[in-house]
Parts: sequence; structure tokens; C-alpha cells
Amino acid sequence: MPKIKFLLPALCLALASPAFADATVTIKNFDYSPMMLSISAGETVTWKNLDGEPHTVVSTDGLFRSQALDQNDSFAFKFDKPGTYKYICSIHPKMVATVTVK
Amino acid sequence: MNDHSRRDALKCLGVGAGTLFTLSSGVFGAVDLAEAATRKDSGTPLFVQISDTHIGFNKDANPDVIGTLNRSIDAVNALPHKPSFAIHTGDVTHLSKAAEFDTAAQVMKRMQVSDIHAVPGEHDVTDGPGTEFFNRFGKASNNRGYYSFSAQGVHFIALVNVMNFKAGGLGALGDDQMAWLTDNLASVSSSQPVVVFAHMPLWNLYEPWGWGTAESAQIAQLLRRFGSVTVLNGHIHQIVQKVEGNITFHTARSTAYPQPAAGNGPGPGPLKVPADQLAKMLGITNVTINRGHKISLSDRTLA
Repeated sequence: MPKIKFLLPALCLALASPAFADATVTIKNFDYSPMMLSISAGETVTWKNLDGEPHTVVSTDGLFRSQALDQNDSFAFKFDKPGTYKYICSIHPKMVATVTVK
Repeated sequence: MNDHSRRDALKCLGVGAGTLFTLSSGVFGAVDLAEAATRKDSGTPLFVQISDTHIGFNKDANPDVIGTLNRSIDAVNALPHKPSFAIHTGDVTHLSKAAEFDTAAQVMKRMQVSDIHAVPGEHDVTDGPGTEFFNRFGKASNNRGYYSFSAQGVHFIALVNVMNFKAGGLGALGDDQMAWLTDNLASVSSSQPVVVFAHMPLWNLYEPWGWGTAESAQIAQLLRRFGSVTVLNGHIHQIVQKVEGNITFHTARSTAYPQPAAGNGPGPGPLKVPADQLAKMLGITNVTINRGHKISLSDRTLA
């Protein structure tokens, strides 16, 4: 009985928590950080914008596109296939970065 | 053309709050705002340009962009001789949201002009193909974004340079639009005044911050044969001007917030200034034309 008591809350916690980021990219001072991210297939990347200026996350091959991210907004994408994925900010296209999926 | 005076005048350019630049037949001069207040804009009203209204923005640099837009509209409505239409050179909204477009439309209804011609800024088209922007402003161009029209003997061309970005790139028109532009200009007489407007600067004014257009050299080449060309842009939230032969490139102030001068900071973000300075860095541009087909640009700040 005590074992179940212990297990249940732990299970609830696991079920209740959202799919948490396997990796995070911070957008700050008009930069994606890290600019080159390596992850494994099946993982989720979360981008978070810390700038007062909005940014977007738009893959150059059309695979993913965020809305305009205001300060503290996030965007997440799960990468299923291996490959190198280049993306830019469509508001400030000088901002370029990649996600490499193994 | 007096190169020496032009060079001196160019040196004075900056985020000048109290300076009015007037331009007449390719020669421009700086006039104190105080003096200009008593001087009438020469010629007949042609249109007024507003830009970068950024409805939806609510950060420190200006927590009340609707208020400053209203004041800008007041400035338009207070012009002694009102123009029949306005041109909005983009970034109507801050985040491309429907509610932001709604608010912008509602506020701009107060402007006493019969038409508003708008081109999108990059903030207006973050929802993929810019659906919301084209829902509101797409009719004039059949949703292509670029189009031309005539008014008072002037040939107007609206261009879109915010929907063809490549990584690390400047603004761009894309092949289809360049082909259209070439074709469109081919049937315009060299003696007809031409006004071109687009959101991002159509000349490469500062590449590290993406302030420019990939096809700028080809565009200048197409425009070179005309006797009078005025290129009006927004995007940089400050006035920068360049004269190249008969072509005058001129950017506009925002009605929402200023940005730093090229290179002054990590990027082209909002610039917070002391509260009593803000209105001096926001404004509109009144454009008039006189009988000699000379187009005059008169920038006015909100204070």
C-alpha cells in the first residue's frame, strides 16, 4: 500500500508535465544561442525570445515556421528526421542558425 | 549640381529632431523647423506618407503607439492644404495579428484622406503568406502586393520587398516582381515624375542590419532614365536621404518609436529615449508637387 502511495504522485507528475524541451535555443540581442545546435532524432527544440523586439523561427526549407514571438514567447518543434536544418528570423533575416539532427 | 554643398548637407543628416529637409528638383536643403512653420509647403498637395505604425507594440520605447498614431493623424488633418491620399510604407502592425489590423484600420479612419495605399513591412507578414495584411490591403494589387497607379500626372509604383528573404539577406523583390517592374516602367515616359514606395530601403544603406534590397543596383538602373524619381521607404524609423542624379531616396520616421542610427547597438530594435524627446523623433512626411513637376518632401515631427 505505501508503495502505491509513493508511485501515484510520481506517475501524476510525469503525466501532467508538458513535453519538456530536450534542447533550448535562446533568442537574445538579435542572435540565436546556440547558433549551431545538435540533437538526436525524435527530440524537441524550444526557442524562447528574450528580446523586446519580436522574432520568428522559419526554416529555409519550409519545414517549420513560428508565429511572431514577442518577448518571452516560445515556439517548439519536434525533429523526427536526421539532417541539417537551417532557419532564419523572417523579421530580421540576418539572423541565421542551424539545428543538426543525428 | 553643387557637390560641395550637397556633401555638407549630407553630413548634417542624422536623427535630426528639429530639422526639416525640403527637396526641390534634386537639390535639397535643411531648414529650421521654427522657420518652416511659417513657410508654406510649395506647390499643391500630392500625398502624405506615414510609416511603421506598429500597432500592437507596447514596450518601453513607446507604451502608447495608438496615441502617437492619433497625433500623427492629427498632424495630417492639420495640414493647411490636405492631400487626397496617404501612403503607408509598412509595419502597420507589430505582430501581424488580426486584432492589430482591426485597430489600425479603426484609428486610420480618422485621417481625412480618401485613400490609403499600403505596402507590407516584415512585421505585417509573419503569418506565412501575409494573409491578414492582404485581407485588408490586397485588393489594389490582386494580392500580389505590388502595383502601380497614377495621380496628378505622377506615376506611382508600390513594391514589396519583405516576402522574399533569403538567409542572411537584405530585402528582395524576387524575379517575378523585378520582371513586372521592368515591364511597368517600359511604358512610362522619362519626363513623367515617378514615385516608388516600399517598406525596406531600396538602396543598400546599411547591410549588416539588412537595411537594403538585394536588387538595388538593377532597380536604380531601371530608374536612371527618368527626369524625376522619388523613392520613399520606411523600416528604419529615422530619416536618411540620398540623392543619386535624378533619384532621391528618402526614408521616413515611424509614428511609433525611433531606432538607433546604423551600427549603434546590437541590432535595429526599438530605441528608448527620454519621454520629452519621443514626439520629436516621430512624424509624417508631406509631399507636394509644383507646376514644374518638382516634387517636394517636407518631414514634420509630432513636437
